[in-house]
Amino acid sequence: MGLEYTKSKKIALSTILLLAAVTVVEVIIALLGKGYIIEGFHMPWWLMGLLMIGLSIFKAVKIIFEFMHMSYEVPQFAKSVLLPTGLLIWAVIAFMWEGSDWKSRRNLIQDKNKDIEKVEMKNEQTGQLIREIKSEDRH
Amino acid sequence: MASEIVTHDTDHDVDHHHDDHHHEEMTPQWEGGKPLFRASYGKLMMWYFLLSDAFTFAGFLIAYGALRFSMPSWPVPDFVFRLFPFAGDTVLPLIFVTFMTFVLLFSSYTMVRAVQEGHRENKNGVAVWMFLTIIGGAAFLGCQAWEWATLIGKEHMSVTKNPFGTHTESGAYLDANGNPSDDVFEPGASYLMHHLDHHAHAAEHGDDHGDDHHGAGHTDYEIGKDYKDATIDERGLIHRKYIVTSGEDEGMIKTEMYGPKAFGALFFFITGFHGFHVLSGVVFLIIIFVNVLSGLYVERKNGYEMVEKIGLYWHFVDLVWVFVFLVFYLL
Repeated sequence: MGLEYTKSKKIALSTILLLAAVTVVEVIIALLGKGYIIEGFHMPWWLMGLLMIGLSIFKAVKIIFEFMHMSYEVPQFAKSVLLPTGLLIWAVIAFMWEGSDWKSRRNLIQDKNKDIEKVEMKNEQTGQLIREIKSEDRH
Repeated sequence: MASEIVTHDTDHDVDHHHDDHHHEEMTPQWEGGKPLFRASYGKLMMWYFLLSDAFTFAGFLIAYGALRFSMPSWPVPDFVFRLFPFAGDTVLPLIFVTFMTFVLLFSSYTMVRAVQEGHRENKNGVAVWMFLTIIGGAAFLGCQAWEWATLIGKEHMSVTKNPFGTHTESGAYLDANGNPSDDVFEPGASYLMHHLDHHAHAAEHGDDHGDDHHGAGHTDYEIGKDYKDATIDERGLIHRKYIVTSGEDEGMIKTEMYGPKAFGALFFFITGFHGFHVLSGVVFLIIIFVNVLSGLYVERKNGYEMVEKIGLYWHFVDLVWVFVFLVFYLL
């Protein structure tokens, strides 16, 4: 819409080639970071995550603005769709954060429970039997 | 609407005099005649439908993200998705899903071309590019069918059981006599518990699976029995035994456990929901393709707007895949 046929044809082709190239880069980052390409080479997880999330959002923007023609729509309309979408992407990322916090809290509680167990074993000096039951429980 | 209000006025001039007076005083906000946001009703509503669909997918991805990052370990994607059709057990991490992504991306490109041909009312151009899009969508579904079939049939993943696990300690697998073998692993190493049938099959053909070959000496395991080097569960999966060689549990003998069970449910529901979108997209593409061929949209003279609307939907499916690809296969 709004663009002349040959020009929009060119934009579509360059967009798809860009998307394909970004996808290849993402996969290379994933394999490189996990040591598949260079033996023994690893990337820190946060760097990989940041790069791949950034590149994926870039792909999403290209698809929305070029393939779905959002950049040729009325600005108010674009905002009414993009604002909620942006909030959704933020929510997905925020809940990954939230999940990792659940994990660290669970670990914290487990560590504290271990300390409690040790204290109990010191206090009750009845010996072997209790200690065995408790250590079996822990598997 | 306007003519209805007029008849309303004349019919009830006495009873509703006060209401009618109110009507006259109102200044109209929007009188119709020109489309809101300069886009057609159909296109606007397709966009808002897609936005609501994005909420559903975001809900799924939020569940996935929160659960995955709350687990002590998670199946490593480049280990889980390492097979390629007709390549046997060759390890090709992520190559097949990358291929699937390309298939969907290029079907998005052919869709754009169909919409562009529609804008200049070129019926044959629309038909050709739509046909290619349908082929792309069907190819993607085929790839997904293979991926699911491999996970379910060959690797015994289910909605509640996940045979892909990750070691959190270093250790050595036990041999048939219960002694530590040369088969050692480091923390973070992935394993897949093999099924009895595959194990016997592999042994018959002298086929060694490479690094992840599971179940060492025996070929005559039986369901539900315990051996010195492994335990066989009621589903016939081989849980190998190992001795821990680091950390506070050093020297203990442990048995391989199932991986986080949320993996199977999340994987099948999210990729299934996306695949269902692709499937319904292909169905709608076929319907509109037939309409294009019949010349229905030539008569409408609106630049093949229906093709543009299904195009929006098709790009959205591709857009969702960008994020499914990110969270399931890349991260």
